[in-house]
Amino acid sequence: MRIRSLRDCLGNASCSAGCHLRGARGSVWLGELLGATCLGGRGAQLAGRSILLRTHNPLTAALAMVELDGVAQRLVICPPDVASQHVPSIIAKAGVDVLVSDGERGEKGAGGLTPRVHAGASLSPCGPAALSPVATQWVLLTSGTTGEPKMLLHDLAGLTGAIKPGQLDGPDVVWGTFYDIRRYGGLQIFLRALLGNRPLVLPDPAESPTDHLVRLGAHGVTHLTGTPSHWRRALMNPAVRAIAPRYIRLSGEIADQAILDALRSVFPAAAIGHAYASTEGGVSFEVTDGREGFPADLFGRKGEVEMKVENGSLRIRSSRTARGYLGEPESVLADNDGFVDTADIVQQRGDRYYFLGRRSGIINVGGLKVHPEEVEARINGHPAVLMSCVRSQRNPITGALVVADIVLKERESCGNGKGRELEQEILSHCRKALPRHKVPAALRFVKALGLTETGKMGRPHA
Amino acid sequence: MIPVSSIRTTILAEIQQIAEGEQKALPELTDDLLLLQSGLDSLMLAILVARLEQKLDLDPFTDSADTFYPMTLGDFIKAYERAGEI
Repeated sequence: MRIRSLRDCLGNASCSAGCHLRGARGSVWLGELLGATCLGGRGAQLAGRSILLRTHNPLTAALAMVELDGVAQRLVICPPDVASQHVPSIIAKAGVDVLVSDGERGEKGAGGLTPRVHAGASLSPCGPAALSPVATQWVLLTSGTTGEPKMLLHDLAGLTGAIKPGQLDGPDVVWGTFYDIRRYGGLQIFLRALLGNRPLVLPDPAESPTDHLVRLGAHGVTHLTGTPSHWRRALMNPAVRAIAPRYIRLSGEIADQAILDALRSVFPAAAIGHAYASTEGGVSFEVTDGREGFPADLFGRKGEVEMKVENGSLRIRSSRTARGYLGEPESVLADNDGFVDTADIVQQRGDRYYFLGRRSGIINVGGLKVHPEEVEARINGHPAVLMSCVRSQRNPITGALVVADIVLKERESCGNGKGRELEQEILSHCRKALPRHKVPAALRFVKALGLTETGKMGRPHA
Repeated sequence: MIPVSSIRTTILAEIQQIAEGEQKALPELTDDLLLLQSGLDSLMLAILVARLEQKLDLDPFTDSADTFYPMTLGDFIKAYERAGEI
């Protein structure tokens, strides 16, 4: 669907139906935005600016995205869990000159001296935007790592490339998502709802999982998306009985057979699919046969998305991938042929490919990323430890857990029943400096660690 | 292999140990206790499942033919007892 800006979608809205955004703190019918503003009428002043959008209320973020797309030169979308300490560097790298926020001036992380425009979830009337739309650059952040978030450049054509008119936008479709709409996965659902002119129940970081499920049920959500971890947590919550989706989609983590089977048994009538998408590679494909992994015949196809495997990892070429990294001249997103390395290691078994984990060894614990190096550095700081290797262990609840193999300086220090004591000591050493999900769930004392030919530590996958 | 009869004791002991490690107070561990409201969050549950796999050599949430995710502590224990009988 080719639109020049998100505002074009508002023109399609009919009074009887259309895209209602239902947040935990209020609802808005998007058609109202046609002659109104959530920015106190200051949208025109923001023309051509580079804007950081950082709000508490996701509904405010949604309204501001619609109002600012086609107006701003660059729109940097800040997810709710980005630490304040990273904001100054985001502002500097993205050349941000205006902060749009619903926070108080002087609030921590509000961007210091950067000029600020207040956004709110209630609309006030204003004249029509007379400007002809510009192609706004969208900047999305990848989820929290040890360092600063990475910024990826997108445009509206790429972001909406996987959304086909007439698909998933029937008159009774009500969208819901467990993802925040300020992340790639949630933004896809927001854009689907907007382009398909369908209602969307927005999640809110301030809401409990139980309240969210009840609200999804109360609004009659039919199409619901989230990560395997979101879904596992939902299935363990009695409030899951409140929802009856007929279309279920998982993405963002490896969907294992267990979660696919469990969803099938709880929602026998639903169409269940797992999609492969990322902030870097865009939306690539969807698997709907109820099995983990994906069919090998997805390779070699010509079309909107082309795939190949090189050095064990999946590479994607499509018009939906990010255009590049922002503020990192040394990082290259695509190779000379335009393929983006997803860094997801895949393995063929028969007529199917399976995901084994990340090349970098990044461990995804229920949606929270862990860099093994950070955990190793902490473990190695313990006086009894010579070296360590932190790796991922599959887990049916969080997808993965962190475990560590440790070589001690003196092997005797774990002999004579002292192992258990030393284990507790190393774990408490980790707990002092690391957030809980980064603390190893299990330690193993080993004689040696395997090294690769290049002398690097081998990180076995899964 | 641990006899089915002691699966319950093993699970309860592991829960107590994980809660102690995280310095979390737990409510009384009854069968109708909702897992996600027991003071154990999903990370602690994940660790519990990993430790039980080591101790009991059972992982009913990965190996079972009809997978389900338990809501209550009673469901959770039953899943292990059933897996232990097979």
